[in-house]
Amino acid sequence: MAVETQQNAQNTDEPVISIRGLVTNLGGRLIHDHIDLDVRRGEVIAIVGGSGSGKSVLLRSIVGLMRPQEGTIEVFGEDALATDETALRRLQQRWGVLFQEGALFSSQTVAENVQVPLREYAKMSQELMNEIAAVKLAMVGLGEDAATKFPSELSGGMKKRASLARALVLDPEIVFLDEPTSGLDPIAANAFDELIRNLQKSLNLTVFMVTHDLDTLRSIADRVAVLVNRTLKVGTIAEVMRDKDPWIQDYFSGPRGRAALGS
Amino acid sequence: MGSAMNASNPWFRVDHDGQTLRLTAGGPWTVYHAAAVDAGLRAIATNNASVAEIDASQVDALDTTGAWLLLRTRALFKDAGLKINRFDIPQNYQPLIGVIEREDLVAPAEVVTHVSLVAFLERLGRATHAVMIQGVGILGYLGRITVEWFKLMYAPQRHVRFTATVNQIEQVGINALPIVGLLMFLIGVVLAYQGADQLSRFGLDILTVNALGIGVLRELGVLITAIIIAGRSGSAFTAEIGTMKVNEEIDAMQTMGLNIDDVLILPRVTGLVIALPFLTFFADVMALIGGALMCYFQLGITVPAFIRQLHEAVNVNTFLVGMIKAPVFAYVIGMVGCYEGLNVERNAASVGKLTTRAVVESVFLVIVLDAGFSVMFSILGF
Ligand SMILES: Nc1ncnc2c1ncn2[C@@H]1O[C@H](COP(=O)(O)OP(=O)(O)OP(=O)(O)O)[C@@H](O)[C@H]1O
Ligand SMILES: [Mg+2]
Repeated sequence: MAVETQQNAQNTDEPVISIRGLVTNLGGRLIHDHIDLDVRRGEVIAIVGGSGSGKSVLLRSIVGLMRPQEGTIEVFGEDALATDETALRRLQQRWGVLFQEGALFSSQTVAENVQVPLREYAKMSQELMNEIAAVKLAMVGLGEDAATKFPSELSGGMKKRASLARALVLDPEIVFLDEPTSGLDPIAANAFDELIRNLQKSLNLTVFMVTHDLDTLRSIADRVAVLVNRTLKVGTIAEVMRDKDPWIQDYFSGPRGRAALGS
Repeated sequence: MGSAMNASNPWFRVDHDGQTLRLTAGGPWTVYHAAAVDAGLRAIATNNASVAEIDASQVDALDTTGAWLLLRTRALFKDAGLKINRFDIPQNYQPLIGVIEREDLVAPAEVVTHVSLVAFLERLGRATHAVMIQGVGILGYLGRITVEWFKLMYAPQRHVRFTATVNQIEQVGINALPIVGLLMFLIGVVLAYQGADQLSRFGLDILTVNALGIGVLRELGVLITAIIIAGRSGSAFTAEIGTMKVNEEIDAMQTMGLNIDDVLILPRVTGLVIALPFLTFFADVMALIGGALMCYFQLGITVPAFIRQLHEAVNVNTFLVGMIKAPVFAYVIGMVGCYEGLNVERNAASVGKLTTRAVVESVFLVIVLDAGFSVMFSILGF
């Protein structure tokens, strides 16, 4: 798989995620109205938008947890909506997901949580699994003592980090992050941004992230996709900022936006 | 796993060159291949070398797991007192190494479990202790809820949650009618059939009605209904309250100043105490109908004859002896269900465990109480 990564790294033009004409209707409410989006290999794309605008739903649709009413979603060139069980499992090994609420398995310790994908997909000794769990936890800034704790014994931010460690444990090609830095203190959030950048560079990782954090946006997002009025406006921060849409103007030119983007 | 993963294998080679130990590594060093080199790397003998050179420049795929293996090996060499002269990895993986290198890592120690007589005794002791604690806990809770009940009557700022109670009556009572009715009907059929089978040998066919009437009204009607309700509603109480506990909903209620007993517990227990006598009555009727039907087909006892015989066999006391147990059983079932729900810890497995426990405990207590009632009624001469 990693060999593949290397080869594919050459043809960066090929989008890893390609969405066309996506329509989502939930409970009689139109959430997405014919959305198109291409995510390129190795980029960090940030999805922003108001609360309840359908960012999480978009993410869940791509990873196959929700079915849109219309449209196509291709991941690594495979139709993510039509794939059979085995193809879907193969896809699932190639992405990791960090859910907004963490979604750790409550009856397992943090270390066991992180080892779940290892146990499922990679054969190795328990000793090595323990070591890898420790490496991943350290990478996301969780100490040794957290490894043996249960999710109910963690703070909100710690849960998020543990969940991130689990999402990253197979070194996936794409990570989907739903508000990864919310609930982290600013220093940890910066460290997290840096971590994503490092991983992204060394593993040619594609990052699809939903975020409200303007600092994250400025420091690591290559492109931004803004979900307003049920459609996406995609571009670099500079491009998107020029849009006349009132929500976008408020978002980037409000006090927080100005502080973060230094304009 | 995809075929791409078996495309090639990771490898490493160890050469000793005088004082120098040279480790050369290549191939894909990823999480899917790690098992192939893990044990070998751990077992490298340093053979009184004083300098180590690690050349991983031929590694063509590296992820965190592979990087960890390389760094772990380097640390191993360092710990053995070797000086690391070279540590080469492909340029594009340098940032990855950097990320892991920063951390001062210690793999967590394994928890060792002993299998021995001592461990067995320890478990036995713990289990015994747990049972006692549990018994005291339930008894304490029973008392507390009873006290809460009476306080509710007098405290002006608290009031009976009427809507919630009615809602519970619907859920535990009315919605249970079909299953209770069907099962009791079938039990009536079975009892009459077995009774007829035995008694007709002695020519005492008609006594089947007596056996059925007394058996159902005194014991089986209420007992089986209570057991069905323990499985159906006692478990639901535990699961509902337990899930609320997991989601911190109970904590949220407490911070809003809502009284958990008033809002969650008392409506459930009260609803069940009101509903179970009615269910029991319904169950009695259904079992008798089932029995009457069987008597007609099996023994040719007509319905009027059945009623006449039943009238002679049982009196109001027989019926009341059964009915009086219903609210007591209901109280115990509801109380145990809620108690275990509140004991749920904040993980999913705990909900399942305690739901099972609630059903087992309430069925156990119902049967024990039933035995107690039997003894009491026989002493009182009912
Ligand atoms: N399973 C569902 N059934 C019905 N409606 C849903 C469902 N999931 C989400 N919605 C609705 O879809 C809309 C978008 O929800 P979504 O979770 O994507 O918001 P979001 O953009 O992620 O917001 P936030 O920033 O607050 O997380 C909301 O109005 C929500 O009520
Ligand atoms: Mg969301």
